[in-house]
Amino acid sequence: MSFDYQKYQSAFGNAGVGNHQFLILFAIFLGICALMYLAVIAFLVGGLLRRRRAGEANVVETGRHHRSDPLMSTGLIAWGAVVGVGLVALAIASFFADRLDAQAAADPKLTITVTGNQWWWDVQYDASDPTKVLHTANEIHVPLGVATHIILRSNDVIHSLWVPSLAGKEDLIPGRVTDLTIVPKKAGIFRGQCAEFCGTQHAHMALVVNVDPYPEFIKWWQQQLRPATAPANPLVLAGYRYVTQRECASCHTIAGTPAGGSVGPDLTHFASRRSIAAGTMPMNEGNLYGWIADPQSIKPGTKMPTVGLEPNELHAVVAYLETLK
Amino acid sequence: MSSRFRASFILLGAAALLAAGCSREERHSRSKPVGETVAAGASPDTIFPGGGTPPALDARARLYDNNAPAIAAGQELFSQMNCVGCHAHGGGSMGPALMDNEWRYGGRIDQIASTIAEGRPNGMPSWRGKLTDTQIWELAAYVRSLSGLPSKDAVSSRAEGMSGASPGTLTPHGKVQPSDTAQQQ
Repeated sequence: MSFDYQKYQSAFGNAGVGNHQFLILFAIFLGICALMYLAVIAFLVGGLLRRRRAGEANVVETGRHHRSDPLMSTGLIAWGAVVGVGLVALAIASFFADRLDAQAAADPKLTITVTGNQWWWDVQYDASDPTKVLHTANEIHVPLGVATHIILRSNDVIHSLWVPSLAGKEDLIPGRVTDLTIVPKKAGIFRGQCAEFCGTQHAHMALVVNVDPYPEFIKWWQQQLRPATAPANPLVLAGYRYVTQRECASCHTIAGTPAGGSVGPDLTHFASRRSIAAGTMPMNEGNLYGWIADPQSIKPGTKMPTVGLEPNELHAVVAYLETLK
Repeated sequence: MSSRFRASFILLGAAALLAAGCSREERHSRSKPVGETVAAGASPDTIFPGGGTPPALDARARLYDNNAPAIAAGQELFSQMNCVGCHAHGGGSMGPALMDNEWRYGGRIDQIASTIAEGRPNGMPSWRGKLTDTQIWELAAYVRSLSGLPSKDAVSSRAEGMSGASPGTLTPHGKVQPSDTAQQQ
């Protein structure tokens, strides 16, 4: 799991339809602005190289303006026209790119509700059959080439979902529902993050988007719907007991166990995710130990408290959490 | 030394003393990992057989009492941990009201923390081991603010989390209309 997904966060990723439109818009802007810039520089260089005409009096000293030559005035009018047309072209391109991006897919095959929290993402896959509704956190899996409608909500302050490789930003506003449609074009792993300052740990509010071919996506969904694995050895059982009976269960849900808190992220398949604490650290045993022993030194201000586990409890809890694949 | 110079010197000194009196309230994000427990056994109740004086105020009380971040965190926990289920938002229903001046088991912050940690007869469950000790103290700090006991500058005038009912647009699982906010590029 030492996959470096961080490098997959790029506005030039071109992995989704929204991002593709953005790149076309970017190319148009770059082209038009570069042409205008070169024209300005060409005039400047021309002006620097041009010699003063012989016998021409200094306008500033004499106060007499000579007649401007017709070529010059025609040139200036043409220049003004070019600037006007260029600006209008940019405005039109921008308008249509924005419109296309804001358009919700007519018939989205998949609806995901993403709820922003300080400082993690709650993810729910909607299904007409309630037994197929999937609850997870900080990681989104979407099928390749399928329009996915993402409904965005916030539980506390304004957040913003931004997966630059796939689509533009969209704010999550408390008390309102916003939405975003993404159509992934490339399979792979893409990093997204909160793009609206939302408190001390705003920088540690990332999420992973996994784009898989459709059959693999369905396999993942079915795997995630399964309840948590039952403890298989005494150490894991001790961890299971601690997690389900003590502080952890007050905030976290693990499907298939008595742990049913709704304050923190769902942990049913916690160990199958790529990161801990909303993209703060890669998922591995050492980081898991560190995070559970003292989350406040890793992500100061996070709502996850320092529980103060004894070493034997810590070993057991980590052993249990690692079985939650 | 002229009198004007002396006066300005005194003024300067007074300003420096005043500035020294200002201290930034610290947000304790981190509790001591081990060893911080709500005092068990020596319960600082007001009930003593044959009368007597309650024990001295717990040393940790000053960390949480009158501490704005602690009160705000406690306010969030109060609804997250479903204290509202019995106590409502302080008005009480199945459980006693918390916004009045009547304290069955003492109204000092350490007494409230002890009530939350130990539980009390007639339905108050014990939260020891369900919440961390820091969280219990934060809750106690908030409970005190319900009846206006902490100083006013520490108590927020607005709720930390979302309050009130969800607006009608938040119908779960319904077909959601796209919002009128323009997509940002």
